[in-house]
Amino acid sequence: MSTENPEPAGSTGGTLARARNIRCVYGGGETDFTAVDGVSIELGDGEILGLAGESGCGKTTLGNALAMIAVPPLYVLSGTLEIDGDDIDLSTLSTADVARHRPYRGRTVSMLPQGAMNSISPTLRISSLVRDVMRAHDPRISKDEALDLARERLTMLDMPVRALDSYAHQLSGGMKQRMITVISTLQNPRLLIADEPTSALDVSSQRMLVEMLLEMVDQRIMSGVVFVTHDLPVLSQVSDRLAIMNAGQIVESGPTRQLVEDPQHPYTRTLLSSVLDPSHETRARGAARFTAGAGPNPEEVGAP
Amino acid sequence: MNAQDETITRSRSTGEIMLSCRDVTKEFSVAGSTITAVDDVSLDFPASSVLAVVGESGSGKSTLARMLLRLMPVTSGTISYRGQDVTSLRGRALREYWTEVQAVFQDPFASFNQFFTVGSLLRRGLALAQVPKDEADALIEECLGYVDMRPQEVLHKFPHQMSGGQRQRVMIARALMMRPKVLLADEATSMLDATLRVNVLNVLHDLKNDLGLTVLFITHDIGQACYLADRVAVMERGRVVERGSTEEVIFSPQAEYTRRLLADVPDLRGSLKR
Repeated sequence: MSTENPEPAGSTGGTLARARNIRCVYGGGETDFTAVDGVSIELGDGEILGLAGESGCGKTTLGNALAMIAVPPLYVLSGTLEIDGDDIDLSTLSTADVARHRPYRGRTVSMLPQGAMNSISPTLRISSLVRDVMRAHDPRISKDEALDLARERLTMLDMPVRALDSYAHQLSGGMKQRMITVISTLQNPRLLIADEPTSALDVSSQRMLVEMLLEMVDQRIMSGVVFVTHDLPVLSQVSDRLAIMNAGQIVESGPTRQLVEDPQHPYTRTLLSSVLDPSHETRARGAARFTAGAGPNPEEVGAP
Repeated sequence: MNAQDETITRSRSTGEIMLSCRDVTKEFSVAGSTITAVDDVSLDFPASSVLAVVGESGSGKSTLARMLLRLMPVTSGTISYRGQDVTSLRGRALREYWTEVQAVFQDPFASFNQFFTVGSLLRRGLALAQVPKDEADALIEECLGYVDMRPQEVLHKFPHQMSGGQRQRVMIARALMMRPKVLLADEATSMLDATLRVNVLNVLHDLKNDLGLTVLFITHDIGQACYLADRVAVMERGRVVERGSTEEVIFSPQAEYTRRLLADVPDLRGSLKR
C-alpha cells in the first residue's frame, strides 16, 4: 500500500519528497525476513508525517532506509527517494551503495536515531560533539565556525548556549534530546527522520521537544519530518498526516484529524483504542477490565 | 506530621497495611554537595490494592521503590512490612523479605541473562529458593498461566526470541513464583507497545483481585495510573505533593504540579500545530 496523497495535508503546496516501493530484508541467516514490504510515501514541503506502529512493524527499518544508513544484516532490496531534483536509488546491496549514499547523509536526509541521547560520550563536552559531527560531514569547516553555527541555532530556538560547555551528565534527559536534535540538523537537512525521539522522556520534556521540532520546521531549518513513534497521542499533536504500519506495510494513512476521528482499518482502531489518557473513559475501561484487541505479535509475523 | 501524611486506606482492601514508610529521606552526596532525592515521604500500602506513584523523571519515584525493596539504605526514616520494622534487616531475614516483596523493572531485556533460556532462568530462581524440582515445574506452569503463557511456548526460548511484551510477562511470572504479597512495578510497562501495555495492566489488575496482591505501580504516565490504580500519590522533587483516590487526584487535582503534569499529557484529539 502507499501513503501517496496528491495534496498532502499541512504542506505548503509543493512536494518535498517521494519514496517509492521500498523493500527491506534482514538477511545473513538461514532465511531472510522481509521487514518493509513495498512501502511508498510522499511528503509535502513543510509537512510532518507521523509513522506509527508497534514494535517489529518495520517503522525504524523504513526510517533507516530513507536515511540511507542501512547496514548488514539489513539490506534495502529496492526503493527510490525523489528529493531536491535527485532520484536516489536507496538499495544497499553492496558496500559501493553505502559509499554512494554518503553525500546525501546529514544534508539531504538526517537521522535522529532511537536512544541517541544515551550515546553522548560521557567524557566530552557537547561542544566537542558539535565539532566532530560537523567536521565528519565537512572537513573544511573550522572548529570555531562549527561552534558559531551551533550558538546561532541555539539562540534562534531560545535554548541556553551554555549547554554547549556541559557534559552529558550535567543535562536532563529532555535537554540532551533537544541538543541532539539541534546537532542532527545543523546542516539544514531537507528531511529529518526522527525515530522515537520522545519515548524516553516524561510528558513535560516531550512537549518541549515537540514544540521545538515545530519551531524548526516553521523556521525552515528542515523542510519536512518523518516522525516515527508508537506513541499516537504525541504523533497526533505534531503531525499533519499519519501513516499506520503493520507487518512491514502501511495499512492506513491520511490527514491526522481524519485518521484519529474516523479510522478505517481494524488495526488502526485497535491502536487508537489502546491509548490510555487520564480521562473518565479510561477510568471506566480500567474498572471494566478492558481487554485490548491483540496487536500483532512480532514473533508471529517473524520479526527479528 | 502534616496533612500529606494521612494514612491511605481503601474500603475494598482488607484494611491490613502490608507495607509502609514513615518520614523516609534519601540523600546522595554528589561532588561535595548533597542532593535530597526523597524528602520526608510517608506512605501506606493497604493489602489488595494498587497505589500508583506518579511524577516526572528525577522526582524520586524509583529511589523510593529501591528503598522499599531494601536494595538501597534509607538516610533517615523507617520502612515497615506487616507491622515489623524492616529498615535494617540483614542476612536470612532480608532474603525472606525479598521472597514476599518482589519487583518488576522497566527494561525486561536488561533483567535477563542473554545466555539462559526462559526455562533455565525460572528454574534457577526456584533452585536458589530450594524448591524441589517436581514442585518447581508445577509452580512455573501455574505462574506462567497467570500471565497467559504456556510452558511449552516459552521455556525453550532465549530472551531475544521473545517480544518485549512476552519478556515483561515472563518477568512478572518470575516475580510471582516467590508467592509475593507485594509487587513493586517500577515503570514496568513503559517500554511496551500500547496494546501489550493494556494486557500487562490487565494482568496486574487480575492478580490484585484473584491473589490479593498489593501493587506499588510507579509510572510517569498518568493515563496508566488512571486505568489501574485505586489511589495515586504525586511526587515532585522528592516530596509527595498530592495524594488521594484516583478520581480525586486526576479529576480534581489540588496541587499546581499535578495540574501541570495533567496539562502536559498529549491529547489524542489535540494539536500543537500552529
